[in-house]
Amino acid sequence: MSFVAAKKLTSFDYINYALLALISLVSVFPFIYVFSVSFTDPEVYIPLKFYIVPEKWSFAAYEYILSTNSFLNAFKNTVFITVIGAVLSILVSFTFAYALTKKALPGRNWMLGAVIFTLVFNAGILPNYLLIKELGLLNSLWSLILSGITNAWSLIIIKSFLESLPSELEDAARIDGCSDISVFWRIVIPLSMPAIAAFTLFFSVAYWNIYFNALIYLTDSSKWTLQVLVKSLVIDSDSSGGSDLSGDGAVLPQETIRMASIVLAMVPILLIYPFLQKHFAKGVMLGSVKG
Amino acid sequence: MRLSIAMNKKNNNAFLNLWRVLVQHRWMYVLAFPGLLFLLVFKYAPMWGLLIAFKDYNPYAGFWGSDWIGFKHFAELFSSKSFYLMLRNTFAINVFSLIFMFPGPIFLALMLNEVRHETFKRLNQSIVYLPHFLSWVVVVSMSFFILSTDVGVVNKIITELGFEPMMFLSEPNYFWALLTAQNIWKDAGWGTIIFLAAMAGVDPQRYEAAVVDGASRWRQIWHITLPAIRPTIIILLILRLGQMADIGFEQVILMTNPLVTSVSEVFDTYVYTVGILQGQISVGVTVGLFKGIVGLVLVLMSNYVVKRLGQEGIY
Repeated sequence: MSFVAAKKLTSFDYINYALLALISLVSVFPFIYVFSVSFTDPEVYIPLKFYIVPEKWSFAAYEYILSTNSFLNAFKNTVFITVIGAVLSILVSFTFAYALTKKALPGRNWMLGAVIFTLVFNAGILPNYLLIKELGLLNSLWSLILSGITNAWSLIIIKSFLESLPSELEDAARIDGCSDISVFWRIVIPLSMPAIAAFTLFFSVAYWNIYFNALIYLTDSSKWTLQVLVKSLVIDSDSSGGSDLSGDGAVLPQETIRMASIVLAMVPILLIYPFLQKHFAKGVMLGSVKG
Repeated sequence: MRLSIAMNKKNNNAFLNLWRVLVQHRWMYVLAFPGLLFLLVFKYAPMWGLLIAFKDYNPYAGFWGSDWIGFKHFAELFSSKSFYLMLRNTFAINVFSLIFMFPGPIFLALMLNEVRHETFKRLNQSIVYLPHFLSWVVVVSMSFFILSTDVGVVNKIITELGFEPMMFLSEPNYFWALLTAQNIWKDAGWGTIIFLAAMAGVDPQRYEAAVVDGASRWRQIWHITLPAIRPTIIILLILRLGQMADIGFEQVILMTNPLVTSVSEVFDTYVYTVGILQGQISVGVTVGLFKGIVGLVLVLMSNYVVKRLGQEGIY
């Protein structure tokens, strides 16, 4: 490659670089826009006026949002489902996927078949809703946690990752008298850290971002998650849907508050992204189509 | 008599053997148990509820108390106008996505692959992957702020240039294009990962040889890079065709409004409106089951084709 890299940049390169820079700009523009407005001092905020850096900085919108109960409550609910959900997801997915790697395990093919079938067919919105209702989980945050614990796609990728681990260590541990569980705990888990990192990101993002299930399973606004709250604030602009965020309490321009709520709804994702991003490209490629 | 005792003994042995094997693997079953339980309760138990499509479901009478009515709901569904509307919208949104979204990651991956400056490449990748992690609520909210007529920055530019503001969000003619544009913005970058991985597998010596032979950059792309990712493209295309009954429906439900329902109504949004908001459970389940079966058939067909091509399908 160094042979090629040593060559001078041609017009091809310049055009390519310029186009990519433009694409990146389009990718980040909405972020910059939302950030900028959310930090703009309400006194100088003029609708439709756009600055890359706020004309005058202010945390007024954030201070306001962070002082409302509906936001704090939704934030607490979302953190709860994300943390508990991601931990349970990792545990359940890795233990199950590990068992699925054991070809000698009686019933393993049946279990694998049961996983794969859910990839091509699922019962759909209403049967799932009725199940949650039957289980008495309506209006409970556990409905969101339990219904998203794992999925066929993750199980299959984790399984191929675990299959790629060297089996010698496991065999040696078994000869030393380790049971399946202690082999899993002492050998397999430490070797799986890159995959665990990637899937921690995937599962946390999935829980953090749940919208539709939260909409139909949680009817009481005290149980709302951030996504549902932001939706009611920004998209149903005329609704006050059980929230003290919109309505007469706000002397601040609605736009700065709404923008700040969007930022708060995505900021935790943006915070963990840099730390886990070197893992996820590897994570998503594990066991998928080999080029 | 003796024979039956022998048989019994043999059965006992088989049973004992099975028992021994199960005991031997007991800890492995313990590891598998939570996942298996999840599958049974949250993935398979609801399938029982699909039978409601053949019942006149009454929430007060419950599942057993409701009457069987056979295919009545299906007959009503196929004779209703909204069914054909949903079918058309599902198909149209997917065709838009197939034409405009599907090639996106391929072009972007080709462009990224041509970048020699490692830092620039990595920075670009980090930026274009990022929108994938945002929720649809955030993406749709951002779209509102960028496109709406009262606060949208795009309309600001349009009016500044002396044109009439465009009603992006309430004009049915723009709806499918808007969904596709959001999809491209959110996921085209993420989609490059699989192609970039395939491109990384190309032996650099082939490019060097091509340079020695005087091949231009375009020729290198055409004769080396593209053939290297062709199998990936074909497989992903066929698998994509298997998803033609699916719509990213959180996106649709967030983007829809009373002015655009003629183009936004798809099976899942209908299930939500009819089943959850209006409480007509049986009708909703019927629509969901219909969609599920069409989806299943399409996926099985596409997977069959992929396997015929000698590739690994999704299962």
